[in-house]
Amino acid sequence: MAGGTASLYARGRETQRGATQDPAWAKWTIIGLGLAFFALFLLAPLALVFTEALRRGWGAYLKALTEPDALSAIRLTLLAAAIAVPVNLVFGVAASWLIAKHRFRGRTLLTTLIDLPFSVSPVIAGLVYVLVFSSQGWLGPWLQESGYKIIFAVPGIVLATVFVTFPFIARELIPLMEAQGTEEEEAAVVLGAGGLTTFLRVTLPNVKWGLLYGVILCNARAMGEFGAVSVVSGHIRGLTNTMPLHVEILYNEYQFSAAFAVASLLALLALVTLLIKTVVEWRVARAQREGA
Amino acid sequence: MSIRVEHINKRFGDFTALNDVTLDVPDGKLTALLGPSGCGKTTLLRVIAGLEQADSGRILFNGEDSSRAHVRERNVGFVFQHYALFRHMTVFENVAFGLRVKPRRERPSDSEIRAKVTRLLELVHLDWLGHRYPAQLSGGQRQRIALARALAVEPRVLLLDEPFGALDAKVRKDLRRWLRDLHHQLGLTSIFVTHDQEEALELADQVVLINKGAVEQVGEPAQVYSQPATPFVQSFLGHSNLFEGRVVSGALQVEDGGLALPAGSGAEGARVAAYVRPHEFHVTRETSGPGIEAKVARALELGALARIELVGARSGRPFEAEIPKRELAQLALAPGETVRLVPDALRVFPAQEVAAE
Amino acid sequence: MAEAALQQGVAARRGFGGPALWAGLLLVGAAVFFASRGGLVPSGLILALYALFALLGVALAKARSRVLPGFRLTLAITILMLFLIILIPLSAVFINTAQLSWSQIWSAISAPRAVASYKLSFGASLLAAAVNVVFGLILAWAITRYRFPGRKLVDALIDLPFALPTAVAGIALTALYAKNGWFGAFLEGQLGIKIAFSQLGVLVALIFIGLPFVVRTVQPVLEDLDAEYEEAAASLGANRAQTIWRVVLPALYPALLTGFAMAFARALGEYGSVIFIAGNIPLVSEITPLIIITKLEQYDYAGATAIAAVMLVVSFALLLAINALQVWSARRTERS
Repeated sequence: MAGGTASLYARGRETQRGATQDPAWAKWTIIGLGLAFFALFLLAPLALVFTEALRRGWGAYLKALTEPDALSAIRLTLLAAAIAVPVNLVFGVAASWLIAKHRFRGRTLLTTLIDLPFSVSPVIAGLVYVLVFSSQGWLGPWLQESGYKIIFAVPGIVLATVFVTFPFIARELIPLMEAQGTEEEEAAVVLGAGGLTTFLRVTLPNVKWGLLYGVILCNARAMGEFGAVSVVSGHIRGLTNTMPLHVEILYNEYQFSAAFAVASLLALLALVTLLIKTVVEWRVARAQREGA
Repeated sequence: MSIRVEHINKRFGDFTALNDVTLDVPDGKLTALLGPSGCGKTTLLRVIAGLEQADSGRILFNGEDSSRAHVRERNVGFVFQHYALFRHMTVFENVAFGLRVKPRRERPSDSEIRAKVTRLLELVHLDWLGHRYPAQLSGGQRQRIALARALAVEPRVLLLDEPFGALDAKVRKDLRRWLRDLHHQLGLTSIFVTHDQEEALELADQVVLINKGAVEQVGEPAQVYSQPATPFVQSFLGHSNLFEGRVVSGALQVEDGGLALPAGSGAEGARVAAYVRPHEFHVTRETSGPGIEAKVARALELGALARIELVGARSGRPFEAEIPKRELAQLALAPGETVRLVPDALRVFPAQEVAAE
Repeated sequence: MAEAALQQGVAARRGFGGPALWAGLLLVGAAVFFASRGGLVPSGLILALYALFALLGVALAKARSRVLPGFRLTLAITILMLFLIILIPLSAVFINTAQLSWSQIWSAISAPRAVASYKLSFGASLLAAAVNVVFGLILAWAITRYRFPGRKLVDALIDLPFALPTAVAGIALTALYAKNGWFGAFLEGQLGIKIAFSQLGVLVALIFIGLPFVVRTVQPVLEDLDAEYEEAAASLGANRAQTIWRVVLPALYPALLTGFAMAFARALGEYGSVIFIAGNIPLVSEITPLIIITKLEQYDYAGATAIAAVMLVVSFALLLAINALQVWSARRTERS
């Protein structure tokens, strides 16, 4: 892009402008291109979800959300998130405290390993638990004997969800905690504070907004995960269907309005997530301005 | 409380931060750890506080080995270079923090905490700032709050890391005097780290000079300045003119002349280095006798003193002399004129010690 | 067993962390090897677990009294969860693949449908990442450099592909580009360009999910880029085009490259948003993750695992490349 505009720039009529200002036509071309791309790829799908969801009116919309299979999918999604998010919260806080506030050998390796799930296809995230827990898997015989069921059941869904959301909270917290340094914590310890007190009263207040965003993002991803959950769920209606899987089934049965109705709930969740992110960023920026 | 540091070693990877440091800090005194940046003085302070673990050696508080004690148990007050005030707490809560986190049995009541914090804020003359947040304070105010916070837990010793490092010159000077008075008032054993010699000499009862992780000299300010034990101390404190050469019949022979040496300065023929401070020079027009021949480059009048910049008559090396302004007027030196510099005092070190610097 | 390892760790004392870490990883490798020889899965598992605890033990032993508390506790939590939830299950892919014979592996990964899926997944991911580099840069530039109505909204919504469930994105994009959809009606009806249920559909979906990466890596660099550099260039006589071409863009290369690699890596593994719009026609519009799912549904675990191993190797290589890129760009910015 810059190549094309560069040759046009070279006509050199910038004598009137500041040294770092682009000519108006270039500015509006860039804005125009950006906005067109944005509208085409982001705005249109979002708008379509809500339009399609309400195509048959509010009555049909509500009916699609309240039929038993939809309700059970919503319940399962909430349950999976209610387990996966706290698990990742514990991990995220522990890992970021470890990595951001301590120096030790293998620290960079550990950081890379934590990011690993980001680069693993969700389908493989599901597959690995099938390899371990399914009836043909490593622990299959033992599980069958003892009567536990993990694959094609709720535990498998939770595990797959934890896998794909694993790095989310740590990722948000580590850079924030690193930027804070360790002086305030050292000061607290010198003043006699214990570990938990130091964390709760000194560290946490400084990173609470980032933590909140991490949790919200983790939650959004946990509720919306499709590929990994799809592998381990078995798609048993009313039992192991999460909301995204329910959307898929409805869509494949050509119940488009119902599919988009459930999808619109997930889209709303995404919008709320982005809203909170914006608020958090605004607050963090303000806190940094004040701190400086 | 007295502090004794015994044979402390500390390495960071290949870097030796502290090399067999032994040191006594007397009870109730204000001690300065002085040295160039990266010399290990902050590391030493952090080892004393327990914020850093030494690789070997002991730290004794009142003769009792505290090397294994956790920071929390050492009961030290520590003022961080950048204050480390808790940014989400008010000034009041910052000062109260150490009291509020005490175990329930030892924790004072709310009203006691309130009274104590108020008293401390009065002590640092900032009682009207209790409800503000650290971000709303000036650098000097933050510094005093950090001090009040450290004092709240009634520490046995007070440790300050570059207490004035982040302040501008004017505030620095005011705070220095204030800290000196406060120390007298409290009588608390205190150690502060600084790279500013003026600060160390003006404030401290005892100055510890540190270079490359080792103690070079310990003494009172006047003593380390006038009787430096090593070439490092000599050249680090104040300005000095350095002359290197061989001892020939009791005098140091250099290109621009000769300097009379005190008895026992060095064997005949030995290479030595002599340091002369600018104010220790006499400037004369005499053409014979011992002394350094130099050409006047220019003369500057600074208050009651005049500084004369000279270059060696033969070597071309720059020298500096300081004489009373009255004397300068009497001499009426002209630029380019050749004069003789005669030292009143000088200090001599074997030349290899200087080279090792 | 764990206790013994812990004691060994204590004995190891200081300066042993690095070698121990690598020894741990070697043990995991040995586990894979043993499993492939004897097909003894439990032995592999036990070795992997042993490696885990040895690692933990050495690291904990090294943690002599530190000033900030919680080192041992958080290290234990981090390593335990990392191994139990991520690393040991992931190593199952390699351990199980190692149990297959070479001919089994080869026939699974070189089947025509699989090879066609690699080509599509790779090609479409590369292309999507390239499109995102261009438009991501334009968007990032517009957001950071200009003020226009709706800028804040655009900035906030850029992350939509991170937050929107992929299945929702998938059905929305499909409905948009289907023959009777908002865009499809024109593109397919008028121009004859078929997007939904074709390879182009895969590309569209991958552009969508990769969109935030380039914007979000370039944006902070653009924000931090001091106006002084551009002013300096201008004061030295460069015109605006030269300034952008020779001063601004070179500063953005590492970020652009990182964004590209991240978008590419994400696109390779993407499943949810693609399968609806792709049509999943064998040999034409099947992506690699779909091949794995199809094999799983046919209970061909061996085939699924072998292909997953190929994908994982590629992903890890990409991850290493991204890390190296970030180190490199950090060094570059430090120097200036």
